[in-house]
Amino acid sequence: MSDTIKQVVMPKWGLSMKEGKITRWLVSEGTTVGVGDELTEVETEKIASAVEATDAGVVRRILGEVDTIYPVKTLLAIIADASVPDSEIDAFLAAYVPPAVEEDEEVVDVYSTVTLPVGEIRYAKYGSGDKTLIFIHGFGGDCDNWLFNTSGLADQFTIYALDLPGHGRSVKGFTDASLSGMADVILSFMDALSIDSANLIGHSMGGAISMKTAIKAPKRVKSVTTFGSAGLGIDINMEYIDGFIGSDSRREIKPFLEQLFFDAGLVSRQMIDDILKYKRLDHVPESLRELADTVFTGGKQSENLVEAFKATGIPMTAIHGADDKIIPAAHSEAAKSFAKVEILAGTGHMAQMEKSKEANALIAAQAK
Amino acid sequence: MARNLSMKDAINEALDLEMRRDPTVIIMGEDIAGGAGGQGEEDAWGGVLGVTKGLIGKYGAHRVMDTPLSESAYIGAAIGAAACGLRPVAELMFLDFMGVCFDQIFNQAAKFKYMFGGKAQTPVVIRGMVGAGFRAAAQHSQMLTPLFTHIPGLKVVCPSNAYDAKGLLIQSIRDNDPVIFCEHKNLYASMADVPAEAYTIPFGEAAIPREGKHVTIVAYGLMVHRALEAAETLAKEKIDVEVIDLRTLSPIDMDTVIESVEKTGRLIAVDEANPRCSIAADVIANVSENAFKALKSAPKAITAPHTPVPFTPALEDLYIPSAAQIVDAVRNQMK
Repeated sequence: MSDTIKQVVMPKWGLSMKEGKITRWLVSEGTTVGVGDELTEVETEKIASAVEATDAGVVRRILGEVDTIYPVKTLLAIIADASVPDSEIDAFLAAYVPPAVEEDEEVVDVYSTVTLPVGEIRYAKYGSGDKTLIFIHGFGGDCDNWLFNTSGLADQFTIYALDLPGHGRSVKGFTDASLSGMADVILSFMDALSIDSANLIGHSMGGAISMKTAIKAPKRVKSVTTFGSAGLGIDINMEYIDGFIGSDSRREIKPFLEQLFFDAGLVSRQMIDDILKYKRLDHVPESLRELADTVFTGGKQSENLVEAFKATGIPMTAIHGADDKIIPAAHSEAAKSFAKVEILAGTGHMAQMEKSKEANALIAAQAK
Repeated sequence: MARNLSMKDAINEALDLEMRRDPTVIIMGEDIAGGAGGQGEEDAWGGVLGVTKGLIGKYGAHRVMDTPLSESAYIGAAIGAAACGLRPVAELMFLDFMGVCFDQIFNQAAKFKYMFGGKAQTPVVIRGMVGAGFRAAAQHSQMLTPLFTHIPGLKVVCPSNAYDAKGLLIQSIRDNDPVIFCEHKNLYASMADVPAEAYTIPFGEAAIPREGKHVTIVAYGLMVHRALEAAETLAKEKIDVEVIDLRTLSPIDMDTVIESVEKTGRLIAVDEANPRCSIAADVIANVSENAFKALKSAPKAITAPHTPVPFTPALEDLYIPSAAQIVDAVRNQMK
């Protein structure tokens, strides 16, 4: 290992990633890079994203080839200061021993179920730490929407991510399809797992659920962090909601899913197939319809939680993609009077995935 | 959680969930319970390979019926029962046995809706084992999908994995037309992540288990797995293979195949059936007619030879199309 010769390796995004395909190099040999600069675009089964430089320096060797799949931890490039001689880099590479390909190192099953009054709820648990985070997905999503975040934060916090009723592998039906009913589910989840209080992180409808939970039980909620949150205004892209519910084929649903991201190219075949598999479970379309009719009655958001949340005094960070096509960024902007607001440029409705590094830093800062 | 289930168990689960949901769903076939006529357990067999085990205990002998050794009688009865309001799932233990009941299937069930001007509905599912590699010899190993696919009025389904098997069988039971549901005996033990809940998969929708840009391989059933093995080998040679799993042969998803060939320009169709009038031949003819300009090389069919399935293991293994054959064909097309 050399201090002056920095390795760029295939990253591991989420617990299940085993390999990734390089689709494009964004730098070439000789480019000077700073920490955080994007080096290469990588596509995995679940998502496409960019590998960022963790060191500053000059890109001295590019080893990974475009359109080739490499296992996690494979050496893809070398960054070193311009002053490091080529012969030293050659020597490093000649002596380089690739790390052993991980053979299912984490066979630990992170998923469990718990039976609540509403029915069976699936959830994932990660990490350990004295502070607890609970991740709440949005309409039509599931706990795996948070894969880039749970893996990035598991070394600092105890983390739970659950499938709401009607979603993922949880019970497909509601006792109460409103934000209040969902908040009750979160509280009964916390009761069942003996979680006294937690930091809630919510995406879209999940953001509104987080705020509602705080309003109903302020002593149980330490802070709230939201991404593209509902509950802060009246507008909702109902064409997307209706289209998501009504589509039953790849061709039909793809254009709607593309609306979720700033870069439509992030919608992979695997993502589409996983969503169709979920939608084809019995009772899912009816459940989603009932939920949409309750939470987005008449094509508008049914509840504005601003005043009630402000009154709790609970700290909040509201993050929103500037290019969000589902819920406008202006809704989070208007939360300035009671929340820390971060509007991310070049980002759509899935900011927690599209800008996961910034997202994780903001989540950690709010929860600490 | 990955809920790993075998295809055999996924099929049992599909039958169980539908029988629980809908009292008009009944199952019938030779030894599907397996205890009638003998002393002791009602459920001695649960089907010759145990696929229907446990169902008679849950639903009773009036809904889980052991039939006499007469396909023409009980397949005919299932079809008649379907026309009269039940939703029978009848088992043709080996699809090879269709010979003695084929009139019931192709002249009666397939044509009732048409000949009675829409007044008759025949929601019957006929499920049966297909495929070679089991050392079961010529009369128990065929892939007769082309014979059923040829008949208008029949739907033909052949899943390649446990997840698809459960969803497609539930879809078949809920469908109001006669469905021939093919279960590859060599895939019964294959495992996949299968949700506990009921779900459906539409007919006429192919799956794409592997995306690629150099060549399109169309397959179904066991051959999907051979194509995927071949694709792994070819990836090391930087050849990027797209594998399409047809899932249903009738209706067939030619749109996905055409879209793929328009991207890759090369087509290989792999089929365990014999070559004349095979599914492979059908796919190639359709692509040649509808996407000719996109083709960079002649489409290739890889099928079993024009012989019955051999009994001696060495010959049976040569009979079934192999990953190596597929790899060779792709390399030839890429020249």
